[in-house]
Amino acid sequence: MHPVDAAVEGGLTVVDWIDERTQLSPGLRWMLFRKVPKGINWAYTLGSATLFVFLNQAVTGVFLAMYYRPDVNGGAYESIRNINDNVFLGQFVHGMHKWGASVMVVLIFLHMGRVFFFGAYKYPRELTWIIGVVLLILTMAMGFTGYLLPFDQRSYWASIVGININGTGPFIGPYLSDFLRGGPEFGATTLSRFYAIHMMLIPGIMAALIGFHLYLVTKLGISAPPWIRATQPAALTETVEV
Amino acid sequence: MPADRHKKSSKYTIDRGMPGAFEGETVTRRAFMNVTAQTAGGLAAAAFTLPALAFALGPIFKRVPFEWQIIGTPADFTETQYDAKVLTIVDGIGEAGKALAYVRKRNPAIDNIGTQDKFNQYIALSSRCAHLGCSVRYVEAAERFVCPCHGGVYNFRGQVAGGPPVRPLDRFYTFEHDGYVYIGPRYSVNSELQRFSPRDPAEPLDGIGQYLYPSRFDTSVRPPTNNLPLPPTIPGS
Repeated sequence: MHPVDAAVEGGLTVVDWIDERTQLSPGLRWMLFRKVPKGINWAYTLGSATLFVFLNQAVTGVFLAMYYRPDVNGGAYESIRNINDNVFLGQFVHGMHKWGASVMVVLIFLHMGRVFFFGAYKYPRELTWIIGVVLLILTMAMGFTGYLLPFDQRSYWASIVGININGTGPFIGPYLSDFLRGGPEFGATTLSRFYAIHMMLIPGIMAALIGFHLYLVTKLGISAPPWIRATQPAALTETVEV
Repeated sequence: MPADRHKKSSKYTIDRGMPGAFEGETVTRRAFMNVTAQTAGGLAAAAFTLPALAFALGPIFKRVPFEWQIIGTPADFTETQYDAKVLTIVDGIGEAGKALAYVRKRNPAIDNIGTQDKFNQYIALSSRCAHLGCSVRYVEAAERFVCPCHGGVYNFRGQVAGGPPVRPLDRFYTFEHDGYVYIGPRYSVNSELQRFSPRDPAEPLDGIGQYLYPSRFDTSVRPPTNNLPLPPTIPGS
């Protein structure tokens, strides 16, 4: 047997072994090979683009956490400086994370605009929209908590202002800002609190909600563009490998 | 129909065709087991969720201690000029825990409104803008405090003279004892310079503001005036 054939055979054996025990392939086929309406265009890829930026943020974030130190007494700033100046590809990975955050917000709004103007939020896809709005809010919270972490003058004062804006909510505002700071004044726990929220709490919730969002997209199918008329349902669908 | 109803109300799960039914199992027993198992799971989840939640919310309810700090001697301050003094509001975190106070002697001619007692014989204004918390700067030529972020302006007494701030600059308790001027924790004032417990910036204290933005549990209260920290020793003496 040719070595290439043997390698292919071996790979297939492994995949078969896993699939026999997990029965994952029908689910994957259900997710990946599904009918999509005629007339879809590049605007329909904005959701996937957002997903890939989220994955970019997750991966670069995990590796930034290997060098970052949430020490309010100058250590946080020093660790970021070390990442940018000394660590191999540090400035690149940090830059991917920093610019990726802005790209993600931009893509979310484009994706949201596409869904809104195409009427794709209507029955039966309202829940997908609602989860999307929650994901938008969580992304904003990620931006807010992540902004403090470099702990330079801009981070510090932007967070002071942001926390105080939270404090302007009637009745619960004062307690909300106390919760964010972890006390009445910006203190040692504020940075670690923001760090924990930024790298563990919100990403976990977001990953779960993205999974549910994608399940609903697959389950309910993609809506046709508004200019496609459903006069001949049979002729309006085709099977496309996505 | 009556026969059907009778069958439905049977007390045995096996008669109702419930999954997993066995001889002699009643619906009540099934419901009891169900509730017990769900409760056990709920208790187990609460056993780690509630303490973790309380752990995260705890600082809101914890009173932060504060000690009087020496900022100078009475001779250091005048009635007409502000001196910038640095005080520590959070220990152990370096520059992030420092605050700036603009301090002068009380001038009875102009400092005659609001709360009057032995804790405001020196006027110590916080540099924290009452709009959103940036640092205001005292401009001597104009006798105004100016905020660089959104253009808040305060007059010589710290009252709003223009821009977005919703109340005067916060103040610090001051206290003269044994030839030294001590500075204490922060308090907020309304436009009449009446003393309130410290509020965050952007929370008004006039009218219904004081009720919309209630006092918090975790802010420092004025410490007792005994056990004051001793002045630093003079080198060589």
